[in-house]
Amino acid sequence: MTTDNSGDVRLSGISKTYGAFTAVHPLDLTVPQGSFFALLGASGCGKTTTLRMIAGLEEPTAGAVRLGDQDVTHLPPYKRPVNTVFQSYALFPHLDIFENVAFGLRRRGIKSVKKQVEEMLDLVQLGEQARKKPHQLSGGQQQRVAVARALINHPKVLLLDEPLGALDLKLRRQMQLELKRIQTEVGITFIHVTHDQEEAMTMADTVAVMNAGRVEQLGSPTDLYENPQTTFVANFLGTSNLIEAEVDSRSGEDIVLRAGGGKLSLPGARCSAPTTTGGKVLVGVRPEKISLTHADDAGEIPEGRNRITGRIVDSSFIGVSTQYVIDSPVCPEFEVYAQNIDRDVRLVPGAEVVLHWNPAHTFGLDAAQDIDAGVETVEEDAA
Amino acid sequence: MAFVHWLKRNLVVLAGLLTLGYLLLPNVIVTVFSFNKPKGRFNYEWQQFSTDAWKDPCGVADMCGSLSVSLQIAVWATLGATILGTMIAFALVRYRFRARGAVNSLIFLPMAMPEVVMAASLLTLFLNMGAQLGFWTILIAHIMFCLSFVVTAVKARVMSMDPRLEQAAQDLYAGPAQTFLRVTLPIAAPGIAAGALLAFALSFDDFIITNFNAGSTVTFPMFVWGSAQRGTPVQINVIGTAMFIVAVLFVLASMVIGNRRNRRKA
Amino acid sequence: MSAVTEAPPPLAPTAPEKKPPRRRGRLTPYWLLLPGILWLVVFFALPMIYQASTSVQTGSLEQGYKVTWHFATYWDALGEYWPQFVRSVLYAAAATLLCLLLGYPLAYLIAFRAGRWRNLIMVLVIAPFFTSFLIRTLAWKTILADSGPVVGALNTLHVLDVTNWLGWTQGDRVLATPLAVVCGLTYNFLPFMILPLYTSLERIDGRLHEAAGDLYAKPFTTFRKVTFPLSMPGVVSGTLLTFIPAAGDYVNADLLGSTDTRMVGNVIQTQFLRILDYPTAAALSFILMAAILIMVTLYIRRSGTEDLV
Repeated sequence: MTTDNSGDVRLSGISKTYGAFTAVHPLDLTVPQGSFFALLGASGCGKTTTLRMIAGLEEPTAGAVRLGDQDVTHLPPYKRPVNTVFQSYALFPHLDIFENVAFGLRRRGIKSVKKQVEEMLDLVQLGEQARKKPHQLSGGQQQRVAVARALINHPKVLLLDEPLGALDLKLRRQMQLELKRIQTEVGITFIHVTHDQEEAMTMADTVAVMNAGRVEQLGSPTDLYENPQTTFVANFLGTSNLIEAEVDSRSGEDIVLRAGGGKLSLPGARCSAPTTTGGKVLVGVRPEKISLTHADDAGEIPEGRNRITGRIVDSSFIGVSTQYVIDSPVCPEFEVYAQNIDRDVRLVPGAEVVLHWNPAHTFGLDAAQDIDAGVETVEEDAA
Repeated sequence: MAFVHWLKRNLVVLAGLLTLGYLLLPNVIVTVFSFNKPKGRFNYEWQQFSTDAWKDPCGVADMCGSLSVSLQIAVWATLGATILGTMIAFALVRYRFRARGAVNSLIFLPMAMPEVVMAASLLTLFLNMGAQLGFWTILIAHIMFCLSFVVTAVKARVMSMDPRLEQAAQDLYAGPAQTFLRVTLPIAAPGIAAGALLAFALSFDDFIITNFNAGSTVTFPMFVWGSAQRGTPVQINVIGTAMFIVAVLFVLASMVIGNRRNRRKA
Repeated sequence: MSAVTEAPPPLAPTAPEKKPPRRRGRLTPYWLLLPGILWLVVFFALPMIYQASTSVQTGSLEQGYKVTWHFATYWDALGEYWPQFVRSVLYAAAATLLCLLLGYPLAYLIAFRAGRWRNLIMVLVIAPFFTSFLIRTLAWKTILADSGPVVGALNTLHVLDVTNWLGWTQGDRVLATPLAVVCGLTYNFLPFMILPLYTSLERIDGRLHEAAGDLYAKPFTTFRKVTFPLSMPGVVSGTLLTFIPAAGDYVNADLLGSTDTRMVGNVIQTQFLRILDYPTAAALSFILMAAILIMVTLYIRRSGTEDLV
């Protein structure tokens, strides 16, 4: 898009502590100009604090924030070429939509704002609502005002703090595409904070998964999903089946593991843990990679696939797929998502089955971590 | 039977309306008796209809003078209490500082203290300092007891205000002064106005604290008190009625304007 | 959209600025607090100390007063004026109870049954405030006049016989009796009961009533088990806002009562402003303050709503 790097955001060693509590551990991060970057994590993981340090609303305890070549660490928010779309929008209730959008221009002493504001309102399809007050608009409209109010200032970086959190699911999907479209059009760096992994994966080029004040892993959505490096990422992004296994031997590029009496194979390149013979490794596989075959047909399974036996405990039909929970010796709650192409009527709770998958879809994690880290609990949600 | 059923369902309405009657009865009496032409010095018994008092509301010696003293004190006390109280409210809501509990108690206690106690103790202070009782001592006292009410009103408003609004203003290139003027103050304005209105009403109508600390200065409530001993002129009722009518008209007008504005918005 | 992409990015000072870390005004709150708090310290807290000191002084107006730690003033004051103290508490308690009984239906009416009349009724509750309360209290002299319709009706209905027997009234009159004083106190502080009651009732979700009805509660049971408990914060602050000023009041007792209905406020007022016996007046005022603070604290503890203010 552009060759200059004035829209790069570079965080070097920034951290934030409140008394004894460390919200963000020293963090290095570079967000290249023009990218759509997402900070993803559960509430309290430090993602919003990181965002606020970029905005200047929070001062880092240590470290530096740079925009391009400019050190902005100690600049107050009103002197930074950065704008924010706040959580629940923070539209000024005493000003109408027009004045809300014009606010930043006016504060910078720009006199004739009418044309710009009208263009901006047209861009977000709110030209008709210019003279209404924020509370007279729907949630989706308010959200677009908040985006317009920030974008009209041509910031080098647009920060979005859970911008879609207050919208219902359908509207959220729509706004995700809308925001993505706007970002592509204006080419501004977007940094997006969210706790919704699907939102992050849909919109962002690069996602940083944060947990307990640290970045667990950074990468493209596909990379994060296919090659999680930690149990937290494996569980937080989608669902993973994790099996504790012991390293048995190596065969070429692959590692052979023992789990519950059976053997599993894992590509060495896909294991982020040290593998010494006899050592423990967590073996992971995504539920949709697994095929399910009734035990009676076990002989038809091709050679060379990883296989595990078990019994169906529960199945729920959800249209495009059927989700099974399987009790196996290696894992009491093995999840399998099967596409509803040819449904085998024998696959009902109680049926003995064999799970099998291509070893290339297996990934290996360090066993010295909490196997349930990042598993969504019921209370989760809200930021 | 149907009547009993109706009565049962509307008992609370009837009781409520009776209470409302109880609240309004004295105002009705005040209004009616502003058209009285009493025989003696006291205006407690109905004699005959007359509009004399309405034609000459300032016809009683010193009454309109006392009204003007009361208005002046109320205006200055409102101004003083609103400024000081708003500052305290902002400090309490927006900042962390030591001795917060002590400050909160100091705000709360004047509201939980019988007026006569505050009045008497303030008088001991003034006597000990040898202060000349009068306009200024009344003003000092009024600012003191109005302050807490302003703090409470403004605090409630500022507390319900989303701190993100100020952050948004800062994010949109407004410096601290601009943020305060363009965002904080306009949004806190209804709370400040409510506090000011309350302060004005409290100051204007205060009797007990003024009674102790007025010296020879006479405010309107002091004048009424004095006339209760010497003789109540009909003009008192005229002023009382006029204030009631002005207040009701004022409130109704603001309600109508508010409604119309809402309708236009919708 | 090109307008946005092509516009030069504003506010881009190229030279990296080095500034000391911003201290977000650590002193700001203190500056904000200073004038107001100073005002309260000098004109509210300090006077309390002066008063405490005055109460243990002896001397006379002519010779001046000296602190002699003369605590006997307290015993003498209590010994002489305990009836006025008792009366203050009784009258204030009676007025508070009456305010609650009268105010609750009206607050309930405004909160749940008034519909489009709600605003008008609110105005009518608040509007009397704008007529000086002394004028309105004087109107009770007319309402309760000896030859007036109220006394006449009470006489015909033999209500006065009952109240005479209870000691609330004397002879054929209501004025200059405890009943008149309590009636005046109730009237004067009723809005202070209604407004907090209304505020807490209004917060109650109307669906709770439906839910209670759905769960087999009769209307009165719904009130007893749902509405009233939820309105407790309003009841507590309403009773405090009524009781405290009523206990210290001397206007109603003076205008509507007689020498037999004098309350402690009357004593403090005359001691201070007419007899000029400052130590006794200060001691009385101090006892009143302490008594009320203790009662209020106990009451708030018992009702379990400590976060009223």
